[in-house]
Amino acid sequence: MDFIAILSIFVLACFVGYYVVWSVTPALHTPLMAVTNAISSVIIVGALIAAAEAGSETAKWLGLLGVVLASVNIFGGFAVTERMLAMYKKKEPAKKQLGAPRKAEGGEA
Amino acid sequence: NPWVALAYLVAGVCFILALRGLSSPATSRAGNRYGMIGMTIAVVTTLITHDIASLPEIGIAIAIGGTIGFVIARKIAMTAMPQLVAAFHSLVGLAAVLVAGAAYANPGAFGILVSHIDPTGLETLVISPVSRIEMALGAAIGAITFSGSVIAFLKLNGNMSGAPIMLPMRHVINLGTLVAIIVLTALFAMTDPAPEWMFGTILVLAFVIGFLLIIPIGGADMPVVVSMLNSYSGWAAAAMGFTLHNTAMIITGALVGASGAILSYIMCRAMNRSFISVIAGGFGAEDTGG
Repeated sequence: MDFIAILSIFVLACFVGYYVVWSVTPALHTPLMAVTNAISSVIIVGALIAAAEAGSETAKWLGLLGVVLASVNIFGGFAVTERMLAMYKKKEPAKKQLGAPRKAEGGEA
Repeated sequence: NPWVALAYLVAGVCFILALRGLSSPATSRAGNRYGMIGMTIAVVTTLITHDIASLPEIGIAIAIGGTIGFVIARKIAMTAMPQLVAAFHSLVGLAAVLVAGAAYANPGAFGILVSHIDPTGLETLVISPVSRIEMALGAAIGAITFSGSVIAFLKLNGNMSGAPIMLPMRHVINLGTLVAIIVLTALFAMTDPAPEWMFGTILVLAFVIGFLLIIPIGGADMPVVVSMLNSYSGWAAAAMGFTLHNTAMIITGALVGASGAILSYIMCRAMNRSFISVIAGGFGAEDTGG
């Protein structure tokens, strides 16, 4: 693929990233950060390609180590987000009763 | 292969839905699921469309990493969340450095070699200059993410004093290091064949500046820093995506990079802090004019 084509994809994705989070609820800052963190482990794709290709032992081992690190992040990141959101859900009824915004414990760090 | 690009596009859309979902309590859990689906699509697509020379090793690597991550995520106290997220960022940063190193060690596998004719008329294959810039940037941003996140983790976890550490002339040192990284990256792109010492020096300088940028920041302001480092990890993934011509990494890296930066901006505004000084490293502290 030529450089301009990938640059176009990159720039458009930047704009999507820019607009998508503006309306985030303050209590969800930390979970959003956690899920973004998990998503950034897409670097695992690069590590998998490096680990998969024959030709260089060094590259293979660097790739495999990258796969381990990124896997920690993927599984850990999504699991942690799930835990935080579960806490938020429990707080929901209380919030409705009081009629005032209330932060979840795992909300603002 | 058009199917690969299509699958990566679907993964990208899932990640957009994940970020959007996490913006509101009602859709947050669905958002997290979309994130998991997107990541699964990206990983599985990569695995089935490459000639895997080492599938058992890759399976073991994912199993080891996945188990560690899952157990930590389950056992950690809710109060330790911010430092856990910081620790996870450092892993992404280090993974980006490793991928850059792998691309440098085995450029042929990534299709980034071009022919180069030296003054004596001898033709050799070298890494294309554009790929070298992308590779050096990806490695440098990854290294900054790594060392910065380690410091953020140590401060949040209480292993290191939360008090800001002010070096004299720190702005001059930071700017000098940054300029050195940029100059070396340019030289790295122009010198044939791509010299190893330059790549190594760029990495070392990037590790140092990540450290220098975070030590002057007070512990109370760390959440904003963690979000900023999150953004950096996205840019590192995007830069490596450019090197590998991989749209999944480019789309997702750009999404994470941009949304992470906006999230830090929103958090800064909520705390009434200046966004520029976060990036400049000295956030939350009085500028002593050094």
